[in-house]
Amino acid sequence: MGMRAGAVRRTAVALAVLAMLGAGAAEAKTVRWAASGDPNTMDPHSQNTGTVTMVLQQIYDPLVKRNQDLSIAPGLATEWRQEEPTRWRFLLRQGVTFHEGETLTAEDVVFSLQRALQPTSNFGIFVDTIDRVAAVDERTVDIILKRPDPILPNKLASVFIMSKTWSEKHNATRPQNTRQREEMFTVRNTNGTGAYRLASREPDVRTVLARNDGWWGWSVEGNGGNVTEIVYRPIASDATRIAALLSGEVDFVLDPPLQDLNRLRNASGVKVLEGPEVRTLFIAFDTQRDELLYSDVKGRNPFKDVRVRQALYHAIDIQAIHRTTMRGQSVVTGTLFPEQVNGYVKAEDVRLPHDAARARALLTEAGYPQGFAVTLDCPNNRYINDEQICQNIAAMWSRIGVRTTLKAQPLAPFFAQIQRDDTSVYMLGWGVPTLDALYSFQSLLATRNGEQGDGIWNYGRYSNPRMDALIQRMKSETGEARQAAITEALRLYREDVPHIPLHHQMIPWAMRSNIQIPHMANNQPYFRWAVVN
Amino acid sequence: MFAFILSRILQAIPVMLTVALISFAMFAYVGDPVSIMLGQDFTEAQRQQLIQDLGLDRPFFVQFGTFIGNALQGEFGLSYRLSRPVAELIAERAPATLELAFCAAAIAMFVGVPMGVYTGLYRNSWLSRAFLTFSLIGVSLPTFLIGILLILVFSVWLGWLPSFGRGDVVQLGWWSTGFLTWSGLKALILPSITLGLFQLTLIMRLVRAEMLEVLRTDYIKFARARGLGNRAVHFGHALKNTLVPVITIAGLQLGGIIAFAIVTETVFQWPGMGLLFIQSVGAADIPVMAAYLMLIALVFVTINLIVDLLYYLVDPRLRSSMGAARGGH
Repeated sequence: MGMRAGAVRRTAVALAVLAMLGAGAAEAKTVRWAASGDPNTMDPHSQNTGTVTMVLQQIYDPLVKRNQDLSIAPGLATEWRQEEPTRWRFLLRQGVTFHEGETLTAEDVVFSLQRALQPTSNFGIFVDTIDRVAAVDERTVDIILKRPDPILPNKLASVFIMSKTWSEKHNATRPQNTRQREEMFTVRNTNGTGAYRLASREPDVRTVLARNDGWWGWSVEGNGGNVTEIVYRPIASDATRIAALLSGEVDFVLDPPLQDLNRLRNASGVKVLEGPEVRTLFIAFDTQRDELLYSDVKGRNPFKDVRVRQALYHAIDIQAIHRTTMRGQSVVTGTLFPEQVNGYVKAEDVRLPHDAARARALLTEAGYPQGFAVTLDCPNNRYINDEQICQNIAAMWSRIGVRTTLKAQPLAPFFAQIQRDDTSVYMLGWGVPTLDALYSFQSLLATRNGEQGDGIWNYGRYSNPRMDALIQRMKSETGEARQAAITEALRLYREDVPHIPLHHQMIPWAMRSNIQIPHMANNQPYFRWAVVN
Repeated sequence: MFAFILSRILQAIPVMLTVALISFAMFAYVGDPVSIMLGQDFTEAQRQQLIQDLGLDRPFFVQFGTFIGNALQGEFGLSYRLSRPVAELIAERAPATLELAFCAAAIAMFVGVPMGVYTGLYRNSWLSRAFLTFSLIGVSLPTFLIGILLILVFSVWLGWLPSFGRGDVVQLGWWSTGFLTWSGLKALILPSITLGLFQLTLIMRLVRAEMLEVLRTDYIKFARARGLGNRAVHFGHALKNTLVPVITIAGLQLGGIIAFAIVTETVFQWPGMGLLFIQSVGAADIPVMAAYLMLIALVFVTINLIVDLLYYLVDPRLRSSMGAARGGH
């Protein structure tokens, strides 16, 4: 009680001093922020989606943080090293406290990583190589791996650290309760160590974050934000979200629709910030079935023939899609992931040229001079202009004789369908949260074998033992040998054409002109870096 | 009277069950909640476990039976999307929708009826023509467009009214109300007009047609012959007799307003049940969708019953015929 009163008095004195100096730091700076969706939960290890993370990363810290260029930097851990091939040691920052007052200890880190390892966590991919975690002392944690993992720190940048005592007190030691009919405490409550704490939350209506003046990071160079309060409000309708920005009811819109960008650029008091996103759109083929579904070809699967896949690749005029459908807001690509991802090789980022004559010749060579019919599966509300892109592609394929029917659906039925492998050819957009090549290769191109991660998004069931061997090498090797495996895999990807790469998405952010915030390729606004004038 | 209400309630049971069955059967086509809940990374074992946890591996009629059994106890399970009890979610959202529907219906009645009476009485005045033209626009423009236009004019250009949300609400027990704050009242204006406009024009045209009809009848002529004033003739005799069809339509439309507030709520990000439903469809959140559809069916059944009862109050002939029938037996 006495201490509490003392703290209040000290704060009061400090505030009085600041007020006398007229210092700007004490001034309230609120950012009213809107996007189309609301986070489903406030639990840090339950849902691994951008909408959840964009709020939680303001509240929780991981062991390893990301810089503005997405490189890694010390977070709750100040240093780490690989002691043995399968043992990493992390040293924790001292004097870090949770929003409810608990001091961060090694036990909290052990607890959090184990929590992320539970089957009801969607964050398994970031901890998949971890065998167990042990606290060596108050500020030292050892992570023992099942196999060597050269990118462990990269992955841990996506795993938030919770307080063990708090979670146990509120009976929230698991990320989700899919079997029970009770709401978990962590669905609506948080207790992080981050720059902002959750001040109030009304799901689907309003989420208010208040600045945590005690955050350890404010004294770290580069974290010079002055935002004291963030009010997040979801606005599902595109037109309304933009109207709210133009009328001044909202300061920051994370996902303005492309068709409104020109208008926003010309509006006074509003600006648009553009940058690339780490998300690559491609078309994937069923290369496994002996007879194609939804086609007039009987007894054969044309997509098993690399010449047919090349023909459809040659048929696509990606520049036309870039210019008209995407209005210039895309980065055309010939590879699996953009340059922000570790392992990218410029020389392998080359497309097969747009060449309809060559496409027809390849079809004839493969034994389909009259072409064939096929159904292209597409989402219509998942990626920027997804349905229009597919319409263009269907028309381009039809022009070389591959009569394409487009089946565009909302994301829920679309994903349900392709996850049953019930497709001949489909569009997918792939983001890389680990920012490492392995994640893409493993999820999209490994032979599906039931293991965590391998081929789980490979719905064309592409399978090449050479590719699998290269992926194994990416999992265990380090340094130049690992890069060599990635480069070779990228080359194999070009030769084999399991996909037709299209483009990396560009993501515009729209905001009032008085806000300065760095544009991030992971589409996450970090308000600790935001300055409001 | 009591027998009548009881028979109506008994009739409602098969209606509710049919709605439940149809909506439940529909959910097979909205997509797979499991794939959405699992996110981008999962193993086959995790997938099977989740399907089992949610009970989605059981036969259709077992799932349906469990749903009905639980629904009878007011237990709708946990939302897949929000991991919270469905009943709680709907209870949280209901006040927003009901307040909006109430305001929309009030605007429709209190503006629509006088406009209808006016256009019926003064058929050729310029104001009547203006009302009729306006009503054509109201009937033919889709709701979302009206909403966007209102936002453009009153929020973006004039900056008078908020473009989205409910403003500040006051919590009265479990009921959250926007009626008690200035920002809450301001936030109600545009969505209520958007939602009520179609109703308003419908009621206006209906009252006008009925007025024209009634004013030609003999008892109106007789009333005039008795030397009654315009006021007594128009409102005491004519308007009163136009109200039976107006009550029917307005009552049934009230159900429509509540059920189809979906579009208005989406345009204005109004945190009501319609918006909850749309968000649930996007995530294949079957428990919420099922509960919402059942609730809407219940609203329609209840409103039908109330409308039937109102007839007795307004139309004495129905009361006497019922009495006569009872007397005959």
